[in-house]
Amino acid sequence: MDRPVVLELRGITKRFPGIVANDDVSFDLRQGEVHALLGENGAGKSTLMNVVYGLYRPDEGEIRINGEPVEIGSTRAAIENGVGMVHQHFMLIPVMTVAENIVLATEPVRNGVLLDYAAAEKRVRELSTRFGLAVDPRATVEDITVGQQQRVEILKALYRGADILVLDEPTAVLTPQEAQELFTILRTLTEQGKSIIFISHKLNEVLEIADRITVLRRGKKVETLSAAGATEEQLARLMVGREVLLRVEKGASVATDPLLRVEGLHVLDDRGIEKVRNLSLQVRGGEIVGVAGVDGNGQTELIDAIAGLRRPSAGRILVGDEDVTDGSCRECLDAGLGHIPEDRQRRGLVLDFSLAENVALHNYDSPPASRFGWLFPNRLVARAGKLLQEFDVRGGGPLTLARGLSGGNQQKVVLAREIDRNPKVLIAAQPTRGLDVGAIEFVHRRLVEERDEGRGVLLVSLELDEILSLSDRILVMYEGAIAGEFAPGVSEEELGVAMTGGGRTEAAA
Amino acid sequence: MSEAQGGPPEEGSGKVENPRTGGDYAPSVAARLALWQRAGGVAVPLLTTLLAFFIGGLVVLITSGKNPLTTYQAIFEGAGLDWFLEIGSYELRIPFTDSHVPFPWNVNDIESAAAFNLQQTLLFFIPLVLTGLAVAFAFRCGMFNIGGQGQYLAGAIVAVWVGTELPGLPGLVHILAAVVAGSLAGAIWAGIAGFLKATVGAHEVISTIMLNWIAIWVGSFLFSLGGPLQNDTQPFVPVSNDVVEDARLGILWGDPFLQALHVGFFVSLAALVVYWITLTRTTLGYEVRAVGFNPEAARYGGISVSRNYFLAMAISGLFAGLAGTLDVLGWQFRLNTNDVTISSQIAFVGIAVALLGRNTAIGVLLSSMLFASLVVGTSTRNLDPEIFRPELASNLTLLIQGLVVLFVGADVLILYLLRKARIGRRGSQ
Repeated sequence: MDRPVVLELRGITKRFPGIVANDDVSFDLRQGEVHALLGENGAGKSTLMNVVYGLYRPDEGEIRINGEPVEIGSTRAAIENGVGMVHQHFMLIPVMTVAENIVLATEPVRNGVLLDYAAAEKRVRELSTRFGLAVDPRATVEDITVGQQQRVEILKALYRGADILVLDEPTAVLTPQEAQELFTILRTLTEQGKSIIFISHKLNEVLEIADRITVLRRGKKVETLSAAGATEEQLARLMVGREVLLRVEKGASVATDPLLRVEGLHVLDDRGIEKVRNLSLQVRGGEIVGVAGVDGNGQTELIDAIAGLRRPSAGRILVGDEDVTDGSCRECLDAGLGHIPEDRQRRGLVLDFSLAENVALHNYDSPPASRFGWLFPNRLVARAGKLLQEFDVRGGGPLTLARGLSGGNQQKVVLAREIDRNPKVLIAAQPTRGLDVGAIEFVHRRLVEERDEGRGVLLVSLELDEILSLSDRILVMYEGAIAGEFAPGVSEEELGVAMTGGGRTEAAA
Repeated sequence: MSEAQGGPPEEGSGKVENPRTGGDYAPSVAARLALWQRAGGVAVPLLTTLLAFFIGGLVVLITSGKNPLTTYQAIFEGAGLDWFLEIGSYELRIPFTDSHVPFPWNVNDIESAAAFNLQQTLLFFIPLVLTGLAVAFAFRCGMFNIGGQGQYLAGAIVAVWVGTELPGLPGLVHILAAVVAGSLAGAIWAGIAGFLKATVGAHEVISTIMLNWIAIWVGSFLFSLGGPLQNDTQPFVPVSNDVVEDARLGILWGDPFLQALHVGFFVSLAALVVYWITLTRTTLGYEVRAVGFNPEAARYGGISVSRNYFLAMAISGLFAGLAGTLDVLGWQFRLNTNDVTISSQIAFVGIAVALLGRNTAIGVLLSSMLFASLVVGTSTRNLDPEIFRPELASNLTLLIQGLVVLFVGADVLILYLLRKARIGRRGSQ
């Protein structure tokens, strides 16, 4: 490893009111390597990279690029210094073409004012062949896939002359196949002398793509180690600071009677497009049924229909023996449904309510929470206090606003509320999205416990790892229908094929 | 469990600077407004007020060359607030009894300038509280009720009708009938907007404004020459009959022939308590706040969002209708075609009251007092013309009122500048 160091951070400290986001962090990036930055949510990864990209100014410390100390006071200065960033949420203009997006703000001009579109297109083509990033410069951004949009973002950075690329959680939005394509691209880039900082909290992909790994925990650098020879368990321990169970420990499933039955379901989305087509499935007591699939294949509409938040256009839904097909949300809940929604901040919680009020969201209007329309706040607080303790919610008490909690603790509050209702069937939609390793472990353990209690669990997730490690049966959803049923031992590749429509269609549940 | 607004000043609002999303934080103006409403403490409204007064003072200085402090003192006296400065040992009779309790101010003084001015201020305070609550309650359900004027008018018109017709009724029954009918009229008027929002999604800002105009022109028609509610004795005056003696509200303080303070004062204070209890101690209030904060989560929780839109608007209208009713039964006793357009505009001051009072009961109480003092203190009748020309002074009130509303929105600007300064001290980006 005698390649030159292109970027060096020395003793970076960045404070925000009340927290030290980066505490004396040192970091170096060598030419042609992929250096992964690993850490839980809130460990300070993004803050550190925002310092590099000129969005924050460090309170202490020094940044050196190619050995020279530099001041990066703005994103423009970062770009001038050859630093490019691909954000988790793309910053593209959907109605413009790929080429237009890439040359934005540094457009080649003709006669001083006119956009030289041909030149722009030509340069984009050159870049895309050189680095193996296949995109059509004339395509409109809103028409191309998420994976392609990400390539456009990378091209945009390269077009602006980036030698150092920062990728913020780049695989979060990709299918396994697309992630593999991205890794191929990253390898091509490093072969050509580009250097890459890869931010992630996924252990397996960090081990796959990175040359070196730096682990951050609570704003401090824990260690920088070589990826060769490192293990997932070792990384998880460094991230969390204690031993973490990566594999969920669970016994065999003892499935009982069907508790949730969906028969021939059809559901339309808001635009009237049929997103669920003739779908049938069953969840029995004592089993976890995993629904895998690429985002947008009707999972959201399926969950909404089961939970009574969207009326199906045809078909039947039964919870226990009760037909809740046309039931309101309240009727579905009363029939014995628990629902951990996909988006806890938008739907699962009222962020400006206290935790006590949030915990009461389903039963505020029945005793003991209230009587004859009169609310008993003390009882809400008492119940919340008990649940917060039981579910180990940290960072606030019953009177804290939900907004003030971290994502993991917010999710625990949702979990506590849904489980405490003692439902027959628990629908868990993306239950660990955005959570860190410790919180994921907790959520997974609770879901397995609920299964062991004899409840049915319908787990809908975009994370294949999660589906594979939790499910007793796996269903793959593709274009609104079940594209196959698999046993938990199935390989990720096989699932991936079914998720993109290439699978045999087996008789589903 | 305190009201969200009244809760401890949350550190959370300081954590806007979430390192994860810090780079691309660009909330809408509405989200900012919500943040302003939420960010705890009394510091922000207090600062807002002081800043508004300060700029108002500058305007006084520049436009008239008068000393702003002298002007503000004159407004203070014009509002009768100097009455409170005369502290002595007096007695206050407990209502419905003959016993007295010690009281630091002389309530038997009903005729001094200060006492008279203060009665005017408190008289204005009553409908301000209620129209302020009308805006605040809808706001807590996530709606902006600009229809206070129409709802106030609906209440006032029905109160005039009930108060002038049905002359045979015994006093208390007559008053109750008028109050119930007037409040319900306001509730129905606002309920129309709530119903439209709940069923077809018509935006309440548009529908309440339109309902304002319908109320104004219906009122103008009713009291105009030959109109159904025009008076029986003066055929050439577009005014209603007078509310019969029995249906008038009792006098608390002051000369009954000079617009004295009536018992509606206590009704408005009770309304503040009812408002607070409804929001924090009833399931209805829980639903209204849940819908106001996050309709999607409320729906997921099993709450009917549309039902709450309707109910919250209707309750808002109830408050505004009550304001109109109390004004008619308390001191106006009649409505003419002019009153219909002019006196009902008090409801717009109610918007400023709710905004400055951050939709809390205590906030509405305090800001009602502030605006009542300002409006009365600068009125032509009350302000010393030597100090400041009253026709300018009432503009000063509008100016301060406007500044308050402006600063509520201006925090967007202030937060933006702060953020800019934080990103790069050179502000380059």
